[in-house]
Amino acid sequence: MATLIIAEHNNQVVAQDTLKAIQAGLSIDSTVTVLIVGKNCRFVADELSQVKGVDNVLLADEPVYEYQLAENVAELIVEIAAHYSHILAAATTFGKNLMPRVAALLDVGQLSDVIEIQSPDTVIRPIYAGNALAQVKSEDSIKVITIRSAAFDAAQAGDSQAEILELNKVIPSDLSEFVSRQTPESERPELAAARVVVSGGRGLGSKEGFAMVETLADKLGGAIGASRAAVDAGFVSNDLQVGQTGKIVAPELYIAIGISGAIQHLAGMKDSKVIVAINSDPDAPIFQIADYGLVGDLFELVPELIKSLD
Amino acid sequence: MKVLVAIKRVIDPYVKIRVKSDGSGVETNNVKMAMNPFCEIAVEEAVRLKEAGYADEIIVLSAGETSCQEQLRTALALGADRAIHIDTESHLEPLTVAKLLRAVMKQEQPSLVLLGKQSIDSDNNQVAQMLAALTQCSQGTFASMLSIEGDGVTVTREVDGGLETLKLTLPAIISTDLRLNEPRYASLPNIMKAKKKSMQVITPDELGVGISHHQQILAITPPPQRQAGMRIGSVAELVDKLKNEAKVI
Repeated sequence: MATLIIAEHNNQVVAQDTLKAIQAGLSIDSTVTVLIVGKNCRFVADELSQVKGVDNVLLADEPVYEYQLAENVAELIVEIAAHYSHILAAATTFGKNLMPRVAALLDVGQLSDVIEIQSPDTVIRPIYAGNALAQVKSEDSIKVITIRSAAFDAAQAGDSQAEILELNKVIPSDLSEFVSRQTPESERPELAAARVVVSGGRGLGSKEGFAMVETLADKLGGAIGASRAAVDAGFVSNDLQVGQTGKIVAPELYIAIGISGAIQHLAGMKDSKVIVAINSDPDAPIFQIADYGLVGDLFELVPELIKSLD
Repeated sequence: MKVLVAIKRVIDPYVKIRVKSDGSGVETNNVKMAMNPFCEIAVEEAVRLKEAGYADEIIVLSAGETSCQEQLRTALALGADRAIHIDTESHLEPLTVAKLLRAVMKQEQPSLVLLGKQSIDSDNNQVAQMLAALTQCSQGTFASMLSIEGDGVTVTREVDGGLETLKLTLPAIISTDLRLNEPRYASLPNIMKAKKKSMQVITPDELGVGISHHQQILAITPPPQRQAGMRIGSVAELVDKLKNEAKVI
């Protein structure tokens, strides 16, 4: 058995999710190989070569891979896939976009958003927005898997350095072309990796109302999240949406403010360690899973909470 | 140009599902079914492309039991021109669905294929990407905006950390995110008209696609239940609990 992890990065910084995928890979085998595809990303390879359990780093550093488009990156992975029994990536938008393309080129199925690896061929994955768990056995010779980051710890730094091997293979991207990227700047911790997440919903009423969520998050050193209603109403950008169709988080503390708790939202946060709900509706479904529930007017309670944390 | 839209019949998103006690699956008898919400968005986008003069014909397709013709009729009522039902009772994995779609693409030669980014039952998020791989087409996943420009399509994608815009060569495979559009409702006259539209029924055999199984579902179980906690009377009490009981702040 040999496991290949596809690293996610922005040519400078390794995504935290990749460290989780490495940890998941280490539950299959005692060591893993990591593949880094990008442009001027040698630094990323250096960093990943020092992670515990990584005994091999493959680096494809070419201008054609700058934006890591699925079309040519999938082909590159398929070139080396025969050496591996498992190919893993985190179930982020990067992994979700790329890995099914790899699987289909290999004529194998994919195991998506896996939360537990029980044996080299059997995993657990949530279905129906997390309302059921499926135990699935793969019968393919190469298992292509995406990992739910919130379900695994991050791999730690080790004391040795893996060898970095350069793949000199250039596959041009004729089918798609990168145009632009919009990334809202934020000083706050990354949503998926934050220890504390404060989320706001429709109950906040406006973008101005949502500012309370931001203030509270900053007080707690947390990230901000949102329900779909808050995103659709324009309070915040869509990359902050927590839920079945947005991000899946499992922080130590999740504070839901003005969020009713629809199935689709719960799918994204119900594995949080401690859940606090603040809502004016005592019958909101969020209270059925909240460890601590506070019923009342948000516009009084939240400022009071912010003040009491001074 | 011709647009192909793939849709799936799933349990209605507002239904609270029940896991069967023998672990064999989720109860679907007497449960309300609907078109997968992401597929509705794909249909709506195709209809808008037609209204804007880009699309000449919209073909809507679904694979599964006879009952998925209901969802195909819904798509016809929303504005699709004709439907193809791939009739099979077999359990279909995403790779097989992608192979069925590839076979239909070969016959129909669409310029654009629209699919939902994931079905809300199996939550795989795979078919569009697999179809793009099998047909060697460009892919624009998680699209929240698209515009046809010359011989290509510009797609804005919802990615972690923001948005990304790509220009794709046609034919392209696009999967829709929730924010692409707001689907319309079918009007009664359109529902009546949809009954007269063409519904072609074809089997996987006729398409030359064998149904393969790559995965075996060993068991379906309910997730661990989270117990409701306590109601707190005041902010001061909440802060105290978080500090001293839960020790999270």
